[in-house]
Amino acid sequence: MTATDVKKLDAAQTKAMILYAGEKIRENKPLLTKVDSAIGDGDHGIGMSVGFEKVEENLKDQEFTTINDIFKKTGMSMVQSMGGASGVIFGTMFLGGVKDLDSKSELDVPVLSEIFSASLDAIKQRGKASLGDKTMIDALEPAVNGLKESVTDSATLLEALKKAEENAADGVEKSKNYIAKFGRAKSLGERALGNQDAGATSVWIIFKSMREWVEQLNK
Amino acid sequence: MKKVINNPGDVVEEMLEGIMRAHHGSFQKVEGVNGIVKKELKDKVAVVTGGGSGHEPLFFGVVGDGLADGVAIGNVFAAPTPNTVQEVAKTVDSGKGVLFIYGNYAGDVLNFDMAAELLEFEDVQTTTVKVTDDVVSAPLERKEDRRGIAGDIFVIKVAGAAAEKGLSLEEVTAVSQKANEHTYSIGVALSPGTIPDSGEPTFTLADDEIELGMGIHGEPGMERTKLMPADELTNQLMEKLLDESQLTSDDEVSVLINGLGSTTLMELFIVNRKVAQILDEKGIGIHDIDVNNYCTTQEMGGFSISLLELDDELKAYYDAPANAPYYKK
Repeated sequence: MTATDVKKLDAAQTKAMILYAGEKIRENKPLLTKVDSAIGDGDHGIGMSVGFEKVEENLKDQEFTTINDIFKKTGMSMVQSMGGASGVIFGTMFLGGVKDLDSKSELDVPVLSEIFSASLDAIKQRGKASLGDKTMIDALEPAVNGLKESVTDSATLLEALKKAEENAADGVEKSKNYIAKFGRAKSLGERALGNQDAGATSVWIIFKSMREWVEQLNK
Repeated sequence: MKKVINNPGDVVEEMLEGIMRAHHGSFQKVEGVNGIVKKELKDKVAVVTGGGSGHEPLFFGVVGDGLADGVAIGNVFAAPTPNTVQEVAKTVDSGKGVLFIYGNYAGDVLNFDMAAELLEFEDVQTTTVKVTDDVVSAPLERKEDRRGIAGDIFVIKVAGAAAEKGLSLEEVTAVSQKANEHTYSIGVALSPGTIPDSGEPTFTLADDEIELGMGIHGEPGMERTKLMPADELTNQLMEKLLDESQLTSDDEVSVLINGLGSTTLMELFIVNRKVAQILDEKGIGIHDIDVNNYCTTQEMGGFSISLLELDDELKAYYDAPANAPYYKK
């Protein structure tokens, strides 16, 4: 079996994939700090690193039987350690996704799509932001649309994550042209134009890392 | 910037240890989270404040009698987590409810709101007053979007006194909201503070430049200009503040001149002298003046001027006794 054929991950693999995404976020701390310092308060990279350090601490030695528990533990670790706006928003990205999800022992494309669609709704409700407000939603919403299309097209897991990653990257690029409605960048108005949103950048890194992890599977 | 720290990741925890050693007589630490509450809690409405670290002595410095009962402490310039707020609120709640008072920043709102939702499940009743005193941070028609700066002090003072008097949660909330609506502040930045973790300044300003109306984390203000004499600067700030507050000669105010970190008391008193002169000229009554460093941003240079427009009710609460490590009346 090659990575291109992978249809689903079990709980242990899902956990490993999330831990890998966390590693990549921490590796990108300087990039996130730089992006956030340009128009925000410069603490996004620090916060995300703190959050994923806690995720690693809490997930590493624990065995999971359901996808739900992995996402829940990931989200709670972030909410309880990060603080700031990112703590609640990125925590909700994992927590909100499994809040109403039936217990799942495997992660396939439909489940992945269902989880992140629910996250997107939960984040919109909590943060009251929409596409085009120069927030992480600018990357998450297109990524979720990519996942939904992949369900319709019966795509493999790798194809679905590739599509999500590409859409997220496109969203990060587009966020440069948006005027911020939240956070410190809001008071910059048009002065923030040309700069990408830090939260959207984190969303892109998360999808990119999940794609990388699946791609290297069984290679 | 040189800083007296150990591992940058440990600054909040180590500061808390130092605070607890100094104030163990009046403070107790909340188990498992970065929270501090009064040692002797009373059977009354509780006031909880909080926010990011790095602004000391806010917010821990106003935990005391007739002020706040507890504080939720975040990482440097980052709002405290929901579970921190939740644990602090549970510790101080006597069954009469908890009022949250904090500066209006997206991160604080998200975390305190999430805590309020979680507390509902535990039967702790909460209300919220978001401080919105910075008149430059949004126009009048979007007053609810304004940020909170040193005016936090006035609102917490009034809330604490009202709670001490035995008012209900609804009543304490209403009078605190009124205090917020009567508080007007404006700041000026001379130089940035430094984030301990990254060592980076929170913003950049040329050596000879200042920014009128800049926020305490470097949020853009109304004008970047060359440094000018204290009287001229104070004149410009007061002009904007008096225009926003619409104060007239029938009014009476309490004044707070707040240093942002590295501006000296000498400079703050020079500013205060001019503020008092301007208020005298306008015939606006001065009930009280407080020149202090309450709301700082590390070694940021600059100051803010806050006015609390008093009526009989607010004046009584403002004058009520208070005793915390960094606020006494």
